[in-house]
Amino acid sequence: MAVEASPAPQASRLDGRTLPGAQVLREVARRPAGLFGLVVVVGLLVIVIFAPQLAPYEASAQRITDRLQGPSASHLLGTDELGRDLLSRLLFGTRIALGVAFPAVLVALVGGLIVGIIAGYLGGWVDKALVVVMDTVQAFPAVILALALLALLGPSLQNVVIVIAVSFAPGYARVARALVLSTKQNLYVDAERALGAGDGRIIGVHILPNIVAPLFILLAMDLPAAITVEAGLSFLGVGVQPPTPSWGVILADGFDRIRVTPWPVLTAGLTLMITTLGFTMLGETLRDVIDPRLAGIRRWNRG
Amino acid sequence: MGRYVVQRIALSAIVVLLSMAFLGVFAHLVPGDPVTVILGPRASEALSQTVRAEMDLDKPVPVQVWNFVVGALQGDLGNDFVSGLPVTTLLAASLPHTVILAVASLGLAVLLGVPLGVYAATRPNGWIDRITRVISVSLITLPAFVGGLFLLLIFAIGLGVLPAIGAGNFSDPVDYARRLILPTVALAATWIGYIARLVRTSMLEVLGQNYIRTARAVGLRDRVIFYKYALKNAIIPTVAVLGVGLGSLLGGAVFVEVIFSRPGLGTLIVDSITSRNFPIVRGATLVIALFFVLANLLADLSYGFLDPRIRVQGQSA
Repeated sequence: MAVEASPAPQASRLDGRTLPGAQVLREVARRPAGLFGLVVVVGLLVIVIFAPQLAPYEASAQRITDRLQGPSASHLLGTDELGRDLLSRLLFGTRIALGVAFPAVLVALVGGLIVGIIAGYLGGWVDKALVVVMDTVQAFPAVILALALLALLGPSLQNVVIVIAVSFAPGYARVARALVLSTKQNLYVDAERALGAGDGRIIGVHILPNIVAPLFILLAMDLPAAITVEAGLSFLGVGVQPPTPSWGVILADGFDRIRVTPWPVLTAGLTLMITTLGFTMLGETLRDVIDPRLAGIRRWNRG
Repeated sequence: MGRYVVQRIALSAIVVLLSMAFLGVFAHLVPGDPVTVILGPRASEALSQTVRAEMDLDKPVPVQVWNFVVGALQGDLGNDFVSGLPVTTLLAASLPHTVILAVASLGLAVLLGVPLGVYAATRPNGWIDRITRVISVSLITLPAFVGGLFLLLIFAIGLGVLPAIGAGNFSDPVDYARRLILPTVALAATWIGYIARLVRTSMLEVLGQNYIRTARAVGLRDRVIFYKYALKNAIIPTVAVLGVGLGSLLGGAVFVEVIFSRPGLGTLIVDSITSRNFPIVRGATLVIALFFVLANLLADLSYGFLDPRIRVQGQSA
């Protein structure tokens, strides 16, 4: 939690590419916030993989006689209006949360990277035009753009991935463009060009390696935002559809019966909170450890 | 300064026009017949015909875009498929509820976030600073709808001290204000944490500078140094993010409005998506984009006003 108070990384660690993975992990785990994030994220990954083994029931197994129960020995977190086991649904929900957020952010990263490199590398009117396009897409708050796109595409898990990718992509394009612009100025790029290197070699060998690391840190920091947007859209009924056990769907079901039982809203809400907190802390610690130059860049909580 | 302002305004105007054009071709962004895209596969033939004519979908795409942009500039956003009412009428009825919620939330966030950040910065790494930091991060990562649901659960349903449903009526301001409390807190929570953190960081930066040391050496009291000299400079980055912040605030407002059944723009959008009433979705999206662009413009301009260095950069560019 002491993100800002963490000791400033030494100069030798400024270059993320020379810092080996194991050392990064050790450095992250040394800080309380990083350790918390690491534990949460690793825990979630374990749940994603072993959900069928961990869950006491099938996610959609209904036992109508057991409906709307509070926590008990047979249902640790109680049941919902169809008698489905809440704990099992939450455990299987990790697969939806990460299964939507990760591909969405990855697609946004790749799309943004391509647009950003084109804009930053070519410059001139291409750059100006692309910047205006990015400005236009970003004139819409991410959630609003996602909602409007879903109005056309219709609600489905796949479409949620698409709309999150589209609304997040301009952020990556912007950062990629800025990084290309600053990398392009380096003397070694001029030297390469003087030696007769083509655009492909300059981009592939010199520019990409310099901008990929920071973009992956942004990706780590965007994951909680994407998880939040997915849950939010599903909560509103325009995202992942029931009976799929998305946390947003569980919250929506719980909201409908909030006066009858508080458990679904309470447990799904807390799950979502801990998840976003864990991912954010891991992302911020990673950023501090790997690339403190990015300290000024913070992703917005889009919920 | 003059040139910077003109440049910034011109850019915003272009972005606004382009967003209108973007919404004009919106239905064509998805493969398939736009009428089917808008109404879904099960729409009746009669309704399809009406919509095709109503939205100019029988005309070439450039004509559609032109008609939509010109109409939007004249304040005509088309008609509701169901009631036939102009979209602008529905928007005008919803807008005040959303604006009041957004302004109240931003106000609360500044009112709580700034003192919290200043206080944390005056005693860095003290226990209040530590607690503030934990609270800030937790609030920042708290999704607005989760916060809203928890507040609803605790204060409206559990304790029963505040109303859970509806925005109330303007004719009864006291009741309206009471109904505004929970949604405002839910929406502001993220921003209280965010502003506190931002102010703390930039305060610590400013407090390390020479003129502060001079002020201290001259014998000014801490209170005067913090609030009169340091905060003035430390607040600038916060102003800059408030513009961007309004975007996430308007996004969060959708959830908060739905949870507390406030008849604002967010509720209108969600209801219209469910009932496939596309002109309303499009109109409401445009209005929110307009607000967002305007807020960014104002933040940028006031940023330039507060920090003269930005103005100079703008002139040389």
